[in-house]
Amino acid sequence: MTGPAHIFDKPNRYIGKPEPRADAARLLQGRGRFVDDEKLPRMVHAAFVRSPHAHAKILSIDTEDARTSTGVIAIYTGADLAEHVTPYVGTLTHMAGLRSAPQHPLAMDVARWQGEPIVMVVATSRALAEDACELVDVDYDELPAAVDSETALDADTPVIHPEFGSNLAWERDVIAGDIDAAFAAPGVHVVEREFRFGRHTGVTLESRGTLCDYDPSEDQLTVYYSGQAPHMMQVIFSKHLGLPEENVRVISNDVGGSFGIKIHTYGDEIATAAAAKLLRRPVKFIADRFESFVTDIHARDHIVKAKMGITGAGTIVGIDFDDLTGIGPFSMYPRTSAIECNQVLNLTGAPYVMENYRAKGRVVFQNKTLMCQYRAVGHPIAMAIADGLLEDAARKIGMDPVALRELNLMADDSYPRTSATGMKLDDLSHKRALRKLTEIMDYQGLRADQTEARKDGIYRGIGFVSMVEVTNPSPMFYGIGGAPIASQDGATLRLDAGGALHVSSSITEQGQGTNAILAQVAAGVFGVDLNRVKVTTGDTATTPYGGGTWASRGAGIGGEAMLLAAQALKDQVLEVAGVMLQTGVEKLDIRDGAVTDLEGNERLPLADLARTVYYRGNELPNDLNPELIATRHYRVTDFPFVFTNGAMAAHVEVDTATGFVKVLHFWAVEDCGRVINPLLVDEQIRGGVVQGIGGALYEECHYSPDGQFMNATMADYMVPMASEMPDITIAHIETPTKTSVLGAKGAGEAGTGGAPAAILNAVNDALSPMGASIWQMPMTPERILTVLDKAAE
Amino acid sequence: MKAPDFDYLRPSSLDAALAMLAEHDGEAMPLAGGQSLMPMMNFRVAAPEALIDLADLTELRGITVDAGTVRIGAMTRYAELMSDATVQAHIPLIGMALPHIAHDAVRNRGTIGGSLALADPAAEMPALMLALDASIEVTGPDATRMIKADDFFLGMFETALDGELITAIHVPVATPAQRFGFHELTQRHGDYALAGVAIAQTDDSYRAAFFGVADRATRVPELEAALKRQDDMKVVLTYLDQIDFTDDLKANHTTRQRLAGVALTRTLKGMTA
Ligand SMILES: Cc1cc2nc3c(=O)[nH]c(=O)nc-3n(C[C@H](O)[C@H](O)[C@H](O)COP(=O)(O)OP(=O)(O)OC[C@H]3O[C@@H](n4cnc5c(N)ncnc54)[C@H](O)[C@@H]3O)c2cc1C
Repeated sequence: MTGPAHIFDKPNRYIGKPEPRADAARLLQGRGRFVDDEKLPRMVHAAFVRSPHAHAKILSIDTEDARTSTGVIAIYTGADLAEHVTPYVGTLTHMAGLRSAPQHPLAMDVARWQGEPIVMVVATSRALAEDACELVDVDYDELPAAVDSETALDADTPVIHPEFGSNLAWERDVIAGDIDAAFAAPGVHVVEREFRFGRHTGVTLESRGTLCDYDPSEDQLTVYYSGQAPHMMQVIFSKHLGLPEENVRVISNDVGGSFGIKIHTYGDEIATAAAAKLLRRPVKFIADRFESFVTDIHARDHIVKAKMGITGAGTIVGIDFDDLTGIGPFSMYPRTSAIECNQVLNLTGAPYVMENYRAKGRVVFQNKTLMCQYRAVGHPIAMAIADGLLEDAARKIGMDPVALRELNLMADDSYPRTSATGMKLDDLSHKRALRKLTEIMDYQGLRADQTEARKDGIYRGIGFVSMVEVTNPSPMFYGIGGAPIASQDGATLRLDAGGALHVSSSITEQGQGTNAILAQVAAGVFGVDLNRVKVTTGDTATTPYGGGTWASRGAGIGGEAMLLAAQALKDQVLEVAGVMLQTGVEKLDIRDGAVTDLEGNERLPLADLARTVYYRGNELPNDLNPELIATRHYRVTDFPFVFTNGAMAAHVEVDTATGFVKVLHFWAVEDCGRVINPLLVDEQIRGGVVQGIGGALYEECHYSPDGQFMNATMADYMVPMASEMPDITIAHIETPTKTSVLGAKGAGEAGTGGAPAAILNAVNDALSPMGASIWQMPMTPERILTVLDKAAE
Repeated sequence: MKAPDFDYLRPSSLDAALAMLAEHDGEAMPLAGGQSLMPMMNFRVAAPEALIDLADLTELRGITVDAGTVRIGAMTRYAELMSDATVQAHIPLIGMALPHIAHDAVRNRGTIGGSLALADPAAEMPALMLALDASIEVTGPDATRMIKADDFFLGMFETALDGELITAIHVPVATPAQRFGFHELTQRHGDYALAGVAIAQTDDSYRAAFFGVADRATRVPELEAALKRQDDMKVVLTYLDQIDFTDDLKANHTTRQRLAGVALTRTLKGMTA
């Protein structure tokens, strides 16, 4: 058995090295294979008639004219597909009390959000299908809509699912200590704010898409699918279309971004599979940008009333808040839409020592697009509440926000421990991260600059966040609730006759470099050149069974499985080598594609060993039956999640005449345990920060009072763009998790989870000389001007 | 988001193009750079029976100077305007504004004629034409006429075009007596402005054209007169009340008015020497 230290220290290790991604050249040369690149014989195309109303009774559907439109192959209504697809309900047993109504791929009698698919048209081209959609005549009786989450529970608000009696989907209280007594204690200051977090969405470069091919001779459904969790989708297609699980193959080749958008059950995709089965020919559906805006899950949508109590000396005594989350008309299947709020309840204030905590979460239905898990589920809300209040409190008691954090952050040597909400925490480094942060950003220098600039009427602000991120979830996340979502992942390595490795894994690639780190772990642990590793992911027929990529689990769980499998294969190969070389395995190693002695001198090229095994087995003893293939699976056992931590800071300038915010610089110090590839981790964090800046300053799904999505185009919905993005400086602290040999925690969501709070704090720091502050995201020019005006009154 | 079926026509002369336009009797649309028209068709907001591609009309190309006027062919692309020495020398305001119009990819295709014919209230070009006191040369089946920029923009996406094509834009050559200024406020580089203004100052008189603020690019004569009188800025800004400011998701009319004031103030501070 080869020891862990050896893996990381050996001469041709790859773990920890900034290796460029092997697939970058292919993608940049336009040779990626996304769903829309797949073309099959007899393939036809789907388009959907979508509800123009947020809430309406469907009185009748007339498809007469559409049926005779050029190129039309078939038209399906909700009732048509209901005969072939069983409904689904987005609840989980461990989210006690969560309720949602059965959903059909196409609305049945009532449309519950603008954009909900009503009728499916299949035609020989997408353009012809859209022509026919215009000829479908749906007669609606428009109903009053429940749009605003704040009034969703009011008596005179329409109830979206009358059988529930109210629009409440779920609620939960978390209580620790005695918050009322803590706040009432002498010398305790209480700051109180109302936070509003608008809705935004993922805006993936490649929109959702699926190509479903049904072969009746084998009752086989093959789905080319732009998504994150092929095995989960295999179960869902199988279950709801009535196909044996093994007869569904889900293939996710290249995927152009996902961010949590592509991990849910979308009616249009299920309908596409159903149509393929009914028509016995391939059907393709590619969401266009308008469809993406009105059907891809949205994120956030929270209104939070929150208080923090703090002593004059700066000790946080507790947090008390009420979170209201709007999720649209259903809880999304199968992950549910309650997790977002649950994360806020669990994670708020998790970096800080705190005795008293009270949180109430309410999740309500609305006639809007469904809201569900998007990158950094709940995190930006939790971090903005705690760190927003913390900096507000710092201003109140006249203390520096860094000093205040120093005072309240959990000490780096105090783990394992639990948070106020009972989260099990280990291997965290809040204080070291914060110190490193203030060093790399030259905090004192920036403060001096800020003071100088203010003299010239230039308002700059510095804001921080100390954060945790939930990564590497165990079965406690979804599995215990009954969802078909694997918490473990597997990896297989095969040594080929030429001495190359073919590896496969159940985690998936959406552009973040999953395949690259899998190759690095395999090459480094086993002992071949990186360019001799071929990686397969994203195919239920050819990879081990596993959960896929979400919750920042790919590297930590999939990477560990690959490490274990690589060690297992290495042990096998050395056993063969030991026999062939008549040497004890403890005297052998594998380096640079050859079996070597412990000093690294070559004894036997792997190709020679493999050829002997595969071609000339007669040269081996009869009782030696090498397989040269190994599979290992891994799941996190001792902890529900593996937490990471980070400290981030934003430097912004607010133009007080226009309300425009310019982000001047952003810094992130991240502790994601062992860094497998610094290039990829840094870009993950940068990308996450950019999405966090988007949520903080630009991105918002605007709805009219009657539930119309008002800005469903890329011209009106503002994603952050390169010109506006600041330099983002990244530094690391590496505290490997003790839950695995690899020691990697996740890093994919940190930037998105932390950046909004840091930007909010920086803007409020900039506004503080005017006595103004803002607590609503995105912080648009108009909103900033409004708070400035109010302060000037 | 696929356009409905349409015919694609590619005339090789201006006369042929005009004949096609007339033949389709309002059901055909000219195609220039397609940067606005193609998205409108894909959204099915526009559904012309036929597109008449102006790409081969040499009559609509070229930049020439004659008798104190620069004539810019309608099919001149933004990218060509940016790199053209004549434009740089004689119409400095265009050079100041172009970097704010979209991004390279759009500027490589979008044309000056297309922008003016579209008359987007937030577009830069119409405001530039107003400030520069330009004339739009338009040709119909029977005649060519010149329309003053002041008379060309009639409302949101509405112009004085009447079954005609824009053939060229005529801009007076800048004189030593002139100074120019341009400023726009956008949250992201290259977006349509929340408010912006283009100014041409000749001796002590001003032509200040605002864009992104109302249903069309707009001048306010009283405001220009106040500038000429060198009124206090506070007074100048009160004349903005005369604009019927737009309300939309990005800014309500109050914010827009305030931003227009900021844009004006900043432009005046940064006029060319
Ligand atoms: C991402 C993006 C960002 C943009 N940002 C900006 C911006 O910041 N500022 C801005 O001003 N614009 C912006 N635009 C629009 C761009 O400038 C367009 O190119 C311009 O508005 C239209 O020019 P075009 O040549 O593409 O015209 P087309 O799209 O081809 O045509 C536009 C309209 O004009 C008509 N037309 C075209 N030429 C003539 C003619 N010679 N005579 C009569 N009618 C004619 C067409 O029939 C059509 O109705 C942006 C566009 C995109 C895609």
